[in-house]
Amino acid sequence: MLHIKNLRVSVEGKEILKGIDLDVNPGEVHAIMGPNGSGKSTLASALAGNETFEITEGEVTYMGKDLLDLSPEDRAREGVFLGFQYPVEIPGVSMVNFLRTAINEHKKYREEEPLSAGEFLKLMREKKSLVEIDSDLTSRSVNEGFSGGEKKKNEIFQMALLNPRLSILDETDSGLDIDALRIVANGVNKLKTKDNATVVITHYQRLLDYIIPDYVHVLYKGRIVKSGDRSLAVQLEEKGYDWLKQETGTEA
Amino acid sequence: MKTMTEPNDTVKKFTSLFEEHKEEIFASEPGYLSDMRQESIRNFERLGFPKKKDENYKYVHLEPFFNGSLESRFAPRNLEFDVQEIFRCDIPTLDTYVLLLLNGFYYSTSGEKLVRQDNGIIFGSLREAIAQEPDLVEKYLGKYADSVNDPFVALNTAVAQDGIFLYIPEKQELDKPIQIINLLLSDDNEMVQHRNLFITEKSSKAEVIICDHTLSEHLFLTNSVSEMAVMENASLDVVRMQNEHNQSVQITNSWIEQQKNSNARHSTITLHGGRVRNNLNVKLKGENAYCDANGLFLIDKQQHVDNYTIIEHQKPNCVSNQHYKGVLDDAATGAFAGKIHVFREAQKTEAYQTNNNVLLTRDAKMRTKPQLEIYADDVKCSHGATVGQIDENALFYLQTRGIPREEARLMLMYAFADDVISGIREEALKKRVADLVSRRLRGELARCDNCAVNCYD
Ligand SMILES: Nc1ncnc2c1ncn2[C@@H]1O[C@H](COP(=O)(O)OP(=O)(O)O)[C@@H](O)[C@H]1O
Ligand SMILES: [Mg+2]
Repeated sequence: MLHIKNLRVSVEGKEILKGIDLDVNPGEVHAIMGPNGSGKSTLASALAGNETFEITEGEVTYMGKDLLDLSPEDRAREGVFLGFQYPVEIPGVSMVNFLRTAINEHKKYREEEPLSAGEFLKLMREKKSLVEIDSDLTSRSVNEGFSGGEKKKNEIFQMALLNPRLSILDETDSGLDIDALRIVANGVNKLKTKDNATVVITHYQRLLDYIIPDYVHVLYKGRIVKSGDRSLAVQLEEKGYDWLKQETGTEA
Repeated sequence: MKTMTEPNDTVKKFTSLFEEHKEEIFASEPGYLSDMRQESIRNFERLGFPKKKDENYKYVHLEPFFNGSLESRFAPRNLEFDVQEIFRCDIPTLDTYVLLLLNGFYYSTSGEKLVRQDNGIIFGSLREAIAQEPDLVEKYLGKYADSVNDPFVALNTAVAQDGIFLYIPEKQELDKPIQIINLLLSDDNEMVQHRNLFITEKSSKAEVIICDHTLSEHLFLTNSVSEMAVMENASLDVVRMQNEHNQSVQITNSWIEQQKNSNARHSTITLHGGRVRNNLNVKLKGENAYCDANGLFLIDKQQHVDNYTIIEHQKPNCVSNQHYKGVLDDAATGAFAGKIHVFREAQKTEAYQTNNNVLLTRDAKMRTKPQLEIYADDVKCSHGATVGQIDENALFYLQTRGIPREEARLMLMYAFADDVISGIREEALKKRVADLVSRRLRGELARCDNCAVNCYD
């Protein structure tokens, strides 16, 4: 589904990602772990098409297409979803208008009829219960005044509504209490099918008790320094990121 | 002794115009009015047009527009035009009492020029009211706008021939809003100077919607004055929608005086215009008066909008809120200057002001200047101004949800304008304005071909 080859990304002339290789197949859950500043969000943003991040080398194919050639909106409508580490507050844009526009833009792209007001409300109701999102939140402006946990739930809610093929969830667990974490993880698990894939980016292995990954990758200083199965996450948790320094011979 | 500066040619053009027509004007009006005109033209001659270096007119030099070849008319003309046509346009579909001004003159579709309701409410032509209600009009006309220190008001007072008169007696209330549609339609370049007078007596209530439209592509220069008195416990809402073409120049002078416990709201929505200057002057003359002054403009090309406000807190315990916003595209320019003047005795004043602007290009320019003159010590005043761009993070967030960049931009611009629109109290009007603003942002207003002739070339 997703094939990343030797991806190099710079921000303001500074190289952040120094050659990433990653393959994700349908039905798989990948976890990307790593200390702060290692480039996890940079990878997620670059895949979603944020222009602040300059691709200097490498290629990314998604469903046989050159992903890097697509605009952010087309990537989204091709089924790539980014759950933001820091969801953006947009005062004045109502959640309802935002969600409805987003869904109908997806429909338009697939040359389908837009949802009627009734169909849209029904869909909202259905997906709301999945992430136990407060009804009141959907009557507000996008993320405006939402608590940290509400913002993260809202990301999963949008994911549920847009039904992506590839979801990249950037630290969706950070700042969540254990209940919220369970709800978010539960949402992700319920949305999982054999045809879609999820990349969860996380700093702690805590989330991986709830979302069981098939593969774990450790991103460190812009490189994937280790890949393995679930046990790698446990190992990391026990030994801490310092262990990587010795393992990879690099200075933190 | 003061030295008089010699009036320049543009000023002379108008003083001699006045001399030429004064016999004819005076013949058909009460003496007090003629005296007021004589005095005003002398004031105008003394004041002249604001100079380039005048702090209050720094960003829009208006005199050259007055210098052009423009017809000034002192009586209405019979123009070929189909009233039904304008009703096809969007704005008048609201449920209102529609009053038309054609080039500044009352245009009656029924032959009736002054409507009197059973409850004593009167509205219609000011010219007609001067004749039919001499005492009532004399009591208020010219009492609120300053023709001693303001040259545009002075000129208007000297020559204005008609406009809208609205009178709401004590405890009465309009059952639906008054909608004044200013139509500019001519076969030559024209100068229009009309005068409105709205009186809401004690404990009365009124809503007024003013729509400014150009129907032909000629150069129009409007210098209008609206005097508004909001007596004790009364409430007045005025929403003005400006939608004129690129060749038009519009100066509006709005003067509001508020008594004890009164409530006034004034919103100016500029959808389109060539050069626009809106002066708003509010005097809070009684305790516990409340005033909201809002503005929103959406401009592009070479358009210019200047919003100038002065809110005078003369008495204690009054509240004023000013909220002005602008969206500027292409090489459009704008200015906002808002003055809050708190008198010495006006303790416990609350006066707030914000001015937020979005520049969509590098060439667009906005100047904003708050001015506080506070002579009381126990007050709450604040002001804040921003000039910024569309938030790139928000844009990207919307795009990652599949919303095309252009559509996302429109959503964000609309969101920016939204709080001024939601400040409009009347639901149907709010919807209508919301629709107009969103169509304006999409560049679709030209579809309402009647209103926006040649707006978009
Ligand atoms: N917009 C940006 N401008 C400048 N530097 C950035 C920007 N985003 C990220 N960086 C830098 O890139 C590096 C990696 O950051 P990030 O991808 O956010 O790491 P992580 O998500 O793993 O904590 C950091 O050194 C950070 O300072
Ligand atoms: Mg991060």
